[in-house]
Amino acid sequence: MAKVNVYVTLKPSLLDAQGKVVQGALENLGYSTIESVRMGKFIEIELAENGVALEQAIDEMCRKLLANPNIENYRFEIAE
Amino acid sequence: MKFGVVQFPGSNCDQDAYFAVRDVLKQPVEYIWHQSTDVSGFDCIILPGGFSYGDYLRTGAVARFSPVMNAVQEFADKGGRLIGICNGFQILCEAQLVPGALIPNNTLRFKCKYVNVKVANNTSDFSSKCKPGQVLSIPIAHHGGNYYCDSDTLKALEDNNRVLLRYCDAKGNVTEEANPNGSLNNIAGILNDRGNVAGMMPHPERAVEPILGSADGVFILGSIVERLES
Repeated sequence: MAKVNVYVTLKPSLLDAQGKVVQGALENLGYSTIESVRMGKFIEIELAENGVALEQAIDEMCRKLLANPNIENYRFEIAE
Repeated sequence: MKFGVVQFPGSNCDQDAYFAVRDVLKQPVEYIWHQSTDVSGFDCIILPGGFSYGDYLRTGAVARFSPVMNAVQEFADKGGRLIGICNGFQILCEAQLVPGALIPNNTLRFKCKYVNVKVANNTSDFSSKCKPGQVLSIPIAHHGGNYYCDSDTLKALEDNNRVLLRYCDAKGNVTEEANPNGSLNNIAGILNDRGNVAGMMPHPERAVEPILGSADGVFILGSIVERLES
């Protein structure tokens, strides 16, 4: 049994319009010291077995589907 | 010239494309279900607009792995004409059949309205009926139409005349005000390096009869027929 957490984030050079809106909303709530907000995706994957090639498999999943390498970075951690 | 319109779960502009080809262009056309693995016999394949797989994860991210896409890729590799409209363009980008990516509109609003686009390349298989710099009135309807690519890709597109359409004002001026979504260089449509694959965010299939508001879409769809027949 393996649990993997995947984090997909927009590349820094791209405009994150959603992040900007959230920043504005937080500032409206009175949080005046926020310098930036950027939003990404958090994906939890559970697999039946924790094999030797798990990291490679997750990396492939990220590169092929979970992230678009043109616009996103990804990282993952194997939780257990 | 036989046209095929692919249907993914969530495609919703497939019927518009089908009727535009059948009733306006008067060409044979068939639907291609996304699980089909055989696209033999088609001269042109259309990836239509819509919300394939609900736009889950990223627009077009899941559809690009539909079984039909292997056959579509081979079809394009052999020089078949392939056009991706709106969600179809997003799927082409995810499948890397054209370069770059489509990200959310910079305004974060879903934009549904007529826009003007300038024909930047009128010698392609998708624009041969157009005059240089011709302005077409065609509707857009999208939330993720913001074209992005890295600077090398942008240079390759611009230097090699692979930008097909650009957002402009009614007079053909390419301005920031005329850009509905923040796309780099007001890019509304592009070509692959061979010129047989086109992706565009505006919907030519929705502008094929005056009663719809514009028949300018025929300049694009009709070009495909003209080039195929020649």
